[in-house]
Amino acid sequence: MSPPVAPPGWSRWLVPPAALSVHLSIGQAYAWSVFKPPLESALGLSGTQSALPFQLGIVMLGLSAAFGGTLVERNGPRWAMTVALVCFSSGFLLSALGAATEQYWLIVLGCGFVGGIGLGIGYISPVSTLIKWFPDRPGMATGIAIMGFGGGALIASPWSAQMLESFGSDSSGIALAFLVHGLSYAVFMLLGVLLVRVPRTERPVGDGPSAVDGPQVSARNAVRTPQFWCLWIVLCMNVTAGIGILEKAAPMITDFFANTSTPVSVSAAAGFVALLSAANMAGRIGWSSTSDLIGRKNIYRVYLGVGALMYALIALAGDSSKPLFILCALVILSFYGGGFATIPAYLKDLFGTYQVGAIHGRLLTAWSTAGVLGPLIVNWIADRQEAAGKDGSSLYTMSLFIMIGLLAVGFVANELVRPVDPRHHIPAPAQKEKEAADVQRQQ
Amino acid sequence: MSSDSNSTPPGRRGLIAFAWVWVGVPLAYGLYELVRKATQLFTG
Repeated sequence: MSPPVAPPGWSRWLVPPAALSVHLSIGQAYAWSVFKPPLESALGLSGTQSALPFQLGIVMLGLSAAFGGTLVERNGPRWAMTVALVCFSSGFLLSALGAATEQYWLIVLGCGFVGGIGLGIGYISPVSTLIKWFPDRPGMATGIAIMGFGGGALIASPWSAQMLESFGSDSSGIALAFLVHGLSYAVFMLLGVLLVRVPRTERPVGDGPSAVDGPQVSARNAVRTPQFWCLWIVLCMNVTAGIGILEKAAPMITDFFANTSTPVSVSAAAGFVALLSAANMAGRIGWSSTSDLIGRKNIYRVYLGVGALMYALIALAGDSSKPLFILCALVILSFYGGGFATIPAYLKDLFGTYQVGAIHGRLLTAWSTAGVLGPLIVNWIADRQEAAGKDGSSLYTMSLFIMIGLLAVGFVANELVRPVDPRHHIPAPAQKEKEAADVQRQQ
Repeated sequence: MSSDSNSTPPGRRGLIAFAWVWVGVPLAYGLYELVRKATQLFTG
Protein backbone atom coordinates (compact mmCIF):
# COMPACT_ATOMS: atom_id res chain seq x y z
CA MET A 1 0.00 0.00 0.00
CA SER A 2 1.55 3.34 -1.03
CA PRO A 3 1.10 6.32 1.28
CA PRO A 4 -1.61 8.82 0.19
CA VAL A 5 0.16 11.84 -1.33
CA ALA A 6 -1.43 15.27 -0.93
CA PRO A 7 -2.78 16.80 -4.14
CA PRO A 8 -1.62 20.34 -5.07
CA GLY A 9 -3.09 22.98 -2.73
CA TRP A 10 -3.74 20.49 0.10
CA SER A 11 -3.52 22.34 3.40
CA ARG A 12 -1.29 21.02 6.15
CA TRP A 13 -3.91 22.26 8.63
CA LEU A 14 -6.06 19.27 7.62
CA VAL A 15 -3.52 16.88 9.09
CA PRO A 16 -3.80 17.83 12.83
CA PRO A 17 -7.59 17.20 12.92
CA ALA A 18 -6.98 13.88 11.12
CA ALA A 19 -4.49 12.98 13.87
CA LEU A 20 -6.82 14.27 16.59
CA SER A 21 -9.73 12.15 15.36
CA VAL A 22 -7.60 9.07 16.04
CA HIS A 23 -5.96 10.22 19.29
CA LEU A 24 -9.20 11.58 20.82
CA SER A 25 -10.72 8.15 20.16
CA ILE A 26 -7.98 5.87 21.44
CA GLY A 27 -7.54 8.10 24.51
CA GLN A 28 -10.80 6.47 25.66
CA ALA A 29 -8.60 3.70 27.08
CA TYR A 30 -7.88 5.85 30.14
CA ALA A 31 -11.61 6.07 30.92
CA TRP A 32 -11.91 2.29 31.36
CA SER A 33 -12.57 2.75 35.08
CA VAL A 34 -16.13 3.85 34.19
CA PHE A 35 -16.89 0.27 33.07
CA LYS A 36 -15.30 -1.42 36.08
CA PRO A 37 -18.09 -1.20 38.73
CA PRO A 38 -20.92 -2.24 36.31
CA LEU A 39 -18.83 -5.16 35.00
CA GLU A 40 -18.00 -6.26 38.53
CA SER A 41 -21.66 -6.34 39.60
CA ALA A 42 -23.06 -7.72 36.32
CA LEU A 43 -20.52 -10.51 35.82
CA GLY A 44 -19.44 -11.08 39.44
CA LEU A 45 -15.83 -9.99 38.89
CA SER A 46 -13.19 -8.81 41.36
CA GLY A 47 -11.48 -5.42 41.00
CA THR A 48 -8.33 -7.10 39.69
CA GLN A 49 -10.30 -9.06 37.08
CA SER A 50 -12.22 -6.02 35.86
CA ALA A 51 -8.92 -4.11 35.38
CA LEU A 52 -7.56 -6.85 33.08
CA PRO A 53 -8.79 -5.42 29.72
CA PHE A 54 -7.15 -2.04 30.51
CA GLN A 55 -3.86 -3.59 31.63
CA LEU A 56 -3.69 -5.90 28.62
CA GLY A 57 -4.61 -2.95 26.38
CA ILE A 58 -1.66 -0.89 27.67
CA VAL A 59 0.72 -3.85 27.27
CA MET A 60 -0.53 -4.33 23.69
CA LEU A 61 -0.14 -0.59 23.08
CA GLY A 62 3.56 -0.79 23.94
CA LEU A 63 4.13 -4.02 22.01
CA SER A 64 2.27 -3.03 18.84
CA ALA A 65 3.91 0.43 18.79
CA ALA A 66 7.34 -1.16 19.22
CA PHE A 67 6.91 -3.99 16.71
CA GLY A 68 4.47 -2.33 14.29
CA GLY A 69 6.39 0.94 13.87
CA THR A 70 8.35 -0.21 10.81
CA LEU A 71 5.13 -1.40 9.12
CA VAL A 72 3.55 2.00 9.82
CA GLU A 73 6.54 3.74 8.20
CA ARG A 74 6.40 1.40 5.19
CA ASN A 75 2.66 1.51 4.55
CA GLY A 76 1.94 5.09 5.54
CA PRO A 77 -0.47 6.88 7.89
CA ARG A 78 -3.71 5.93 6.11
CA TRP A 79 -2.95 2.24 6.40
CA ALA A 80 -2.03 2.72 10.06
CA MET A 81 -5.17 4.71 10.84
CA THR A 82 -7.30 2.09 9.07
CA VAL A 83 -5.72 -0.68 11.15
CA ALA A 84 -6.25 1.40 14.29
CA LEU A 85 -9.91 2.04 13.37
CA VAL A 86 -10.63 -1.62 12.62
CA CYS A 87 -8.87 -2.95 15.74
CA PHE A 88 -10.17 -0.31 18.17
CA SER A 89 -13.78 -0.53 16.97
CA SER A 90 -13.91 -4.29 16.54
CA GLY A 91 -12.48 -4.56 20.07
CA PHE A 92 -15.64 -2.86 21.33
CA LEU A 93 -17.88 -5.01 19.12
CA LEU A 94 -16.25 -8.19 20.46
CA SER A 95 -16.70 -6.83 23.98
CA ALA A 96 -20.38 -6.14 23.24
CA LEU A 97 -20.76 -9.78 22.25
CA GLY A 98 -18.90 -10.80 25.40
CA ALA A 99 -21.15 -8.71 27.66
CA ALA A 100 -24.34 -9.89 25.91
CA THR A 101 -23.37 -13.57 26.31
CA GLU A 102 -21.71 -12.96 29.72
CA GLN A 103 -18.42 -14.36 28.41
CA TYR A 104 -15.83 -12.14 30.12
CA TRP A 105 -12.89 -13.59 28.16
CA LEU A 106 -14.38 -12.00 25.01
CA ILE A 107 -14.24 -8.57 26.70
CA VAL A 108 -10.60 -9.15 27.65
CA LEU A 109 -9.85 -10.27 24.09
CA GLY A 110 -11.82 -7.38 22.57
CA CYS A 111 -10.93 -4.26 24.58
CA GLY A 112 -7.63 -5.69 25.81
CA PHE A 113 -5.91 -7.59 23.02
CA VAL A 114 -7.54 -6.44 19.76
CA GLY A 115 -8.33 -2.91 20.97
CA GLY A 116 -4.80 -2.64 22.43
CA ILE A 117 -3.29 -3.23 18.97
CA GLY A 118 -5.47 -0.35 17.76
CA LEU A 119 -4.10 1.82 20.58
CA GLY A 120 -0.46 1.20 19.68
CA ILE A 121 -0.78 1.55 15.91
CA GLY A 122 -3.14 4.53 16.31
CA TYR A 123 -0.81 6.30 18.75
CA ILE A 124 2.16 6.32 16.34
CA SER A 125 0.12 6.58 13.11
CA PRO A 126 0.20 10.39 12.64
CA VAL A 127 3.55 11.24 14.30
CA SER A 128 5.90 10.90 11.34
CA THR A 129 3.39 12.55 8.94
CA LEU A 130 2.84 15.54 11.26
CA ILE A 131 6.60 16.10 11.58
CA LYS A 132 6.96 16.01 7.78
CA TRP A 133 4.14 18.57 7.34
CA PHE A 134 5.43 20.85 10.12
CA PRO A 135 9.25 20.77 9.88
CA ASP A 136 9.20 24.36 11.18
CA ARG A 137 7.11 23.47 14.28
CA PRO A 138 7.40 19.72 14.98
CA GLY A 139 6.87 20.15 18.72
CA MET A 140 3.59 21.99 18.25
CA ALA A 141 2.34 19.50 15.64
CA THR A 142 2.99 16.38 17.69
CA GLY A 143 1.81 18.24 20.80
CA ILE A 144 -1.63 18.72 19.23
CA ALA A 145 -1.98 15.00 18.45
CA ILE A 146 -0.65 13.74 21.76
CA MET A 147 -2.81 16.26 23.62
CA GLY A 148 -5.70 14.45 21.92
CA PHE A 149 -4.75 11.22 23.69
CA GLY A 150 -5.18 13.03 27.01
CA GLY A 151 -8.40 14.61 25.79
CA GLY A 152 -9.89 11.25 24.79
CA ALA A 153 -10.41 10.23 28.40
CA LEU A 154 -12.02 13.60 29.24
CA ILE A 155 -14.61 12.99 26.53
CA ALA A 156 -15.16 9.27 27.13
CA SER A 157 -15.44 9.42 30.90
CA PRO A 158 -18.69 11.48 31.17
CA TRP A 159 -20.01 10.15 27.84
CA SER A 160 -19.64 6.47 28.82
CA ALA A 161 -21.05 7.15 32.30
CA GLN A 162 -24.14 8.83 30.83
CA MET A 163 -24.59 5.96 28.39
CA LEU A 164 -24.47 3.35 31.16
CA GLU A 165 -26.97 5.42 33.13
CA SER A 166 -29.36 5.43 30.14
CA PHE A 167 -28.90 1.80 29.03
CA GLY A 168 -28.60 0.31 32.51
CA SER A 169 -25.63 -1.28 34.26
CA ASP A 170 -26.69 -4.90 33.70
CA SER A 171 -24.98 -7.07 31.08
CA SER A 172 -27.35 -6.07 28.26
CA GLY A 173 -26.90 -2.37 29.09
CA ILE A 174 -23.11 -2.76 29.07
CA ALA A 175 -23.31 -4.69 25.77
CA LEU A 176 -25.33 -1.89 24.19
CA ALA A 177 -22.87 0.72 25.49
CA PHE A 178 -19.93 -1.22 24.00
CA LEU A 179 -21.81 -1.52 20.68
CA VAL A 180 -22.49 2.24 20.53
CA HIS A 181 -18.84 2.95 21.44
CA GLY A 182 -17.56 0.67 18.66
CA LEU A 183 -19.79 2.19 15.97
CA SER A 184 -19.34 5.82 17.09
CA TYR A 185 -15.55 5.61 17.27
CA ALA A 186 -15.44 3.94 13.82
CA VAL A 187 -17.33 6.90 12.30
CA PHE A 188 -15.27 9.46 14.24
CA MET A 189 -11.90 7.94 13.28
CA LEU A 190 -12.95 7.71 9.63
CA LEU A 191 -12.22 11.43 9.29
CA GLY A 192 -8.56 10.73 9.99
CA VAL A 193 -8.42 7.90 7.46
CA LEU A 194 -10.02 10.09 4.78
CA LEU A 195 -8.04 13.28 5.44
CA VAL A 196 -4.53 12.15 6.21
CA ARG A 197 -1.98 12.77 3.42
CA VAL A 198 1.79 12.79 3.20
CA PRO A 199 3.29 16.00 1.77
CA ARG A 200 4.13 16.10 -1.95
CA THR A 201 7.45 17.75 -1.28
CA GLU A 202 10.00 17.69 1.47
CA ARG A 203 9.55 21.43 1.91
CA PRO A 204 5.80 21.89 2.57
CA VAL A 205 6.11 25.44 3.96
CA GLY A 206 7.57 27.41 1.09
CA ASP A 207 10.96 28.72 2.09
CA GLY A 208 10.80 27.01 5.48
CA PRO A 209 12.97 24.10 6.60
CA SER A 210 12.94 20.79 4.76
CA ALA A 211 11.57 17.67 6.40
CA VAL A 212 14.80 15.85 5.52
CA ASP A 213 17.27 18.46 6.75
CA GLY A 214 19.92 17.01 9.04
CA PRO A 215 20.96 13.42 9.70
CA GLN A 216 18.68 10.52 8.80
CA VAL A 217 18.92 7.30 10.83
CA SER A 218 16.98 4.06 10.36
CA ALA A 219 15.03 2.55 13.28
CA ARG A 220 17.33 -0.48 13.25
CA ASN A 221 20.41 1.74 13.66
CA ALA A 222 18.73 4.14 16.11
CA VAL A 223 18.27 1.46 18.79
CA ARG A 224 22.03 0.80 18.60
CA THR A 225 22.91 4.38 19.52
CA PRO A 226 23.46 5.68 23.07
CA GLN A 227 21.21 8.64 22.18
CA PHE A 228 18.18 6.34 21.86
CA TRP A 229 18.82 4.79 25.29
CA CYS A 230 19.49 8.18 26.89
CA LEU A 231 16.08 9.35 25.62
CA TRP A 232 14.56 6.05 26.78
CA ILE A 233 15.81 6.80 30.32
CA VAL A 234 14.66 10.45 30.06
CA LEU A 235 11.12 9.42 29.07
CA CYS A 236 10.95 6.58 31.58
CA MET A 237 12.08 8.78 34.50
CA ASN A 238 9.81 11.70 33.55
CA VAL A 239 6.76 9.44 33.15
CA THR A 240 7.51 7.52 36.37
CA ALA A 241 7.64 10.79 38.31
CA GLY A 242 4.33 11.98 36.82
CA ILE A 243 2.50 8.67 37.24
CA GLY A 244 3.68 8.59 40.86
CA ILE A 245 1.39 11.55 41.57
CA LEU A 246 -1.33 10.86 39.00
CA GLU A 247 -2.04 7.32 40.17
CA LYS A 248 -2.48 8.23 43.85
CA ALA A 249 -3.65 11.84 43.44
CA ALA A 250 -6.96 11.60 45.31
CA PRO A 251 -5.76 9.59 48.37
CA MET A 252 -2.52 11.59 48.37
CA ILE A 253 -4.12 15.03 48.78
CA THR A 254 -6.57 13.59 51.34
CA ASP A 255 -3.78 11.96 53.39
CA PHE A 256 -1.49 14.99 53.10
CA PHE A 257 -3.93 17.36 54.77
CA ALA A 258 -5.78 14.85 56.99
CA ASN A 259 -4.19 16.22 60.18
CA THR A 260 -4.79 19.90 59.38
CA SER A 261 -7.67 22.20 60.32
CA THR A 262 -8.88 22.12 56.67
CA PRO A 263 -8.93 18.46 55.52
CA VAL A 264 -9.75 17.70 51.87
CA SER A 265 -13.20 16.20 51.18
CA VAL A 266 -13.81 13.34 48.73
CA SER A 267 -15.44 15.65 46.15
CA ALA A 268 -12.61 18.20 46.47
CA ALA A 269 -10.09 15.38 45.90
CA ALA A 270 -12.01 14.43 42.72
CA GLY A 271 -11.77 18.07 41.62
CA PHE A 272 -8.01 17.95 42.25
CA VAL A 273 -7.71 14.87 39.99
CA ALA A 274 -9.65 16.69 37.24
CA LEU A 275 -7.39 19.72 37.57
CA LEU A 276 -4.34 17.47 37.18
CA SER A 277 -5.83 16.08 33.95
CA ALA A 278 -6.21 19.65 32.67
CA ALA A 279 -2.56 20.41 33.53
CA ASN A 280 -1.49 17.18 31.82
CA MET A 281 -3.32 18.19 28.62
CA ALA A 282 -2.18 21.82 28.69
CA GLY A 283 1.42 20.67 29.17
CA ARG A 284 1.22 18.49 26.08
CA ILE A 285 0.44 21.34 23.72
CA GLY A 286 2.00 24.23 25.70
CA TRP A 287 5.42 22.83 26.61
CA SER A 288 5.80 20.91 23.36
CA SER A 289 5.18 24.12 21.38
CA THR A 290 7.65 25.96 23.64
CA SER A 291 10.30 23.36 22.74
CA ASP A 292 10.19 24.67 19.14
CA LEU A 293 11.43 28.01 20.51
CA ILE A 294 13.93 27.03 23.21
CA GLY A 295 15.11 23.64 21.94
CA ARG A 296 14.43 20.09 22.96
CA LYS A 297 17.37 19.60 25.33
CA ASN A 298 16.50 22.79 27.22
CA ILE A 299 12.83 21.90 27.63
CA TYR A 300 13.78 18.50 29.11
CA ARG A 301 16.16 20.32 31.48
CA VAL A 302 13.06 22.21 32.65
CA TYR A 303 10.85 19.08 32.89
CA LEU A 304 13.44 17.15 34.88
CA GLY A 305 15.20 19.92 36.81
CA VAL A 306 12.22 22.09 37.75
CA GLY A 307 10.17 18.90 38.21
CA ALA A 308 12.64 17.71 40.86
CA LEU A 309 12.47 21.15 42.49
CA MET A 310 8.65 20.91 42.63
CA TYR A 311 8.86 17.49 44.31
CA ALA A 312 11.37 18.91 46.80
CA LEU A 313 8.99 21.79 47.61
CA ILE A 314 6.11 19.35 48.24
CA ALA A 315 8.31 17.19 50.48
CA LEU A 316 9.76 20.10 52.46
CA ALA A 317 6.51 22.07 52.83
CA GLY A 318 4.59 18.99 54.02
CA ASP A 319 1.04 19.91 55.05
CA SER A 320 1.87 23.59 55.72
CA SER A 321 0.42 24.96 52.46
CA LYS A 322 -2.38 23.50 50.37
CA PRO A 323 -2.07 26.03 47.50
CA LEU A 324 1.67 25.27 47.23
CA PHE A 325 0.97 21.51 47.12
CA ILE A 326 -1.66 21.98 44.38
CA LEU A 327 0.53 24.35 42.35
CA CYS A 328 3.56 22.04 42.47
CA ALA A 329 1.44 18.99 41.53
CA LEU A 330 -0.04 20.90 38.57
CA VAL A 331 3.42 21.90 37.32
CA ILE A 332 4.68 18.30 37.67
CA LEU A 333 1.69 16.98 35.70
CA SER A 334 2.16 19.60 32.98
CA PHE A 335 5.78 18.39 32.64
CA TYR A 336 4.54 14.80 32.53
CA GLY A 337 2.30 15.63 29.56
CA GLY A 338 4.97 17.81 27.98
CA GLY A 339 7.50 14.96 28.20
CA PHE A 340 5.21 12.66 26.19
CA ALA A 341 4.43 15.26 23.54
CA THR A 342 7.96 16.58 23.00
CA ILE A 343 9.72 13.24 22.59
CA PRO A 344 8.80 12.72 18.88
CA ALA A 345 10.31 16.12 18.00
CA TYR A 346 13.45 15.27 20.03
CA LEU A 347 13.72 12.01 18.07
CA LYS A 348 13.31 13.94 14.82
CA ASP A 349 16.14 16.31 15.81
CA LEU A 350 18.48 13.39 16.49
CA PHE A 351 17.44 10.75 13.96
CA GLY A 352 15.66 12.74 11.23
CA THR A 353 12.25 12.01 9.72
CA TYR A 354 13.33 8.87 7.81
CA GLN A 355 11.81 6.37 10.28
CA VAL A 356 10.89 8.62 13.20
CA GLY A 357 7.50 6.92 13.70
CA ALA A 358 9.13 3.50 14.05
CA ILE A 359 11.78 4.87 16.43
CA HIS A 360 9.03 6.55 18.48
CA GLY A 361 7.18 3.23 18.66
CA ARG A 362 10.27 1.48 20.05
CA LEU A 363 10.82 4.27 22.59
CA LEU A 364 7.30 3.84 23.96
CA THR A 365 8.48 0.71 25.80
CA ALA A 366 9.83 3.27 28.30
CA TRP A 367 6.20 4.31 28.92
CA SER A 368 5.15 0.69 29.61
CA THR A 369 8.06 0.31 32.05
CA ALA A 370 7.19 3.58 33.81
CA GLY A 371 3.54 2.53 34.00
CA VAL A 372 4.61 -0.36 36.23
CA LEU A 373 7.45 1.43 38.07
CA GLY A 374 5.66 4.65 39.15
CA PRO A 375 2.61 3.18 40.90
CA LEU A 376 4.75 0.37 42.35
CA ILE A 377 7.11 2.82 44.09
CA VAL A 378 4.39 5.09 45.50
CA ASN A 379 2.02 2.31 46.60
CA TRP A 380 4.70 0.04 48.08
CA ILE A 381 6.32 2.83 50.07
CA ALA A 382 3.00 4.29 51.26
CA ASP A 383 1.93 0.83 52.47
CA ARG A 384 5.26 0.33 54.29
CA GLN A 385 5.06 3.76 55.91
CA GLU A 386 1.48 3.10 57.04
CA ALA A 387 2.54 -0.25 58.51
CA ALA A 388 5.30 1.62 60.38
CA GLY A 389 2.62 3.78 62.02
CA LYS A 390 3.14 6.95 60.00
CA ASP A 391 0.28 9.09 58.70
CA GLY A 392 -0.47 12.35 56.90
CA SER A 393 2.18 13.81 54.59
CA SER A 394 4.94 11.62 56.08
CA LEU A 395 3.36 8.61 54.31
CA TYR A 396 4.71 10.01 51.04
CA THR A 397 7.96 11.76 52.03
CA MET A 398 10.22 8.89 51.03
CA SER A 399 8.38 8.36 47.69
CA LEU A 400 8.84 12.05 46.92
CA PHE A 401 12.59 11.87 47.51
CA ILE A 402 12.83 8.75 45.34
CA MET A 403 11.03 10.66 42.57
CA ILE A 404 13.60 13.46 42.91
CA GLY A 405 16.36 10.85 42.51
CA LEU A 406 14.69 9.42 39.40
CA LEU A 407 14.34 12.87 37.87
CA ALA A 408 18.02 13.52 38.60
CA VAL A 409 18.92 10.32 36.71
CA GLY A 410 16.78 11.54 33.79
CA PHE A 411 18.46 14.95 33.94
CA VAL A 412 21.92 13.35 33.64
CA ALA A 413 20.73 11.15 30.74
CA ASN A 414 19.47 14.27 28.95
CA GLU A 415 22.83 15.98 29.48
CA LEU A 416 24.55 12.99 27.87
CA VAL A 417 22.58 13.36 24.61
CA ARG A 418 24.91 14.34 21.75
CA PRO A 419 24.40 14.39 17.97
CA VAL A 420 24.33 10.89 16.46
CA ASP A 421 27.63 9.56 15.10
CA PRO A 422 27.61 9.85 11.26
CA ARG A 423 28.37 6.11 10.93
CA HIS A 424 24.73 5.46 11.96
CA HIS A 425 23.29 7.78 9.25
CA ILE A 426 21.63 6.12 6.27
CA PRO A 427 24.07 5.99 3.34
CA ALA A 428 23.72 8.56 0.57
CA PRO A 429 22.41 6.04 -2.05
CA ALA A 430 19.49 5.15 0.22
CA GLN A 431 18.79 8.85 0.68
CA LYS A 432 18.91 9.35 -3.11
CA GLU A 433 16.58 6.40 -3.64
CA LYS A 434 14.13 7.93 -1.20
CA GLU A 435 14.29 11.29 -2.94
CA ALA A 436 13.73 9.59 -6.34
CA ALA A 437 10.71 7.76 -4.96
CA ASP A 438 9.33 11.06 -3.65
CA VAL A 439 9.78 12.70 -7.08
CA GLN A 440 8.04 9.74 -8.72
CA ARG A 441 5.16 10.05 -6.29
CA GLN A 442 4.65 13.68 -7.22
CA GLN A 443 4.35 12.90 -10.95
CA MET B 1 8.49 24.42 -5.08
CA SER B 2 4.84 24.17 -4.45
CA SER B 3 3.62 25.38 -1.13
CA ASP B 4 0.90 23.04 -0.01
CA SER B 5 -0.05 25.27 2.86
CA ASN B 6 0.32 28.77 1.48
CA SER B 7 -2.25 28.61 -1.32
CA THR B 8 -5.34 26.90 0.04
CA PRO B 9 -8.19 26.88 -2.50
CA PRO B 10 -11.49 28.33 -1.12
CA GLY B 11 -13.20 24.91 -1.25
CA ARG B 12 -10.59 23.47 1.07
CA ARG B 13 -11.20 26.19 3.66
CA GLY B 14 -14.67 24.72 4.25
CA LEU B 15 -13.12 21.29 4.64
CA ILE B 16 -10.57 22.64 7.13
CA ALA B 17 -13.36 24.30 9.16
CA PHE B 18 -15.45 21.10 9.08
CA ALA B 19 -12.49 18.95 10.18
CA TRP B 20 -11.67 21.22 13.12
CA VAL B 21 -15.34 21.41 14.22
CA TRP B 22 -15.51 17.58 13.98
CA VAL B 23 -12.76 17.18 16.56
CA GLY B 24 -13.35 20.47 18.41
CA VAL B 25 -16.95 19.84 19.52
CA PRO B 26 -16.28 16.59 21.44
CA LEU B 27 -13.12 18.09 22.91
CA ALA B 28 -15.06 21.17 24.08
CA TYR B 29 -17.62 18.84 25.71
CA GLY B 30 -14.82 16.98 27.50
CA LEU B 31 -13.25 20.24 28.67
CA TYR B 32 -16.61 21.57 29.90
CA GLU B 33 -17.16 18.42 31.98
CA LEU B 34 -13.59 18.69 33.28
CA VAL B 35 -14.00 22.30 34.40
CA ARG B 36 -17.31 21.40 36.09
CA LYS B 37 -15.55 18.66 38.04
CA ALA B 38 -12.42 20.70 38.78
CA THR B 39 -14.44 23.45 40.47
CA GLN B 40 -15.30 20.91 43.19
CA LEU B 41 -11.76 21.42 44.49
CA PHE B 42 -12.69 24.92 45.51
CA THR B 43 -16.35 24.33 46.44
CA GLY B 44 -16.38 20.73 47.72
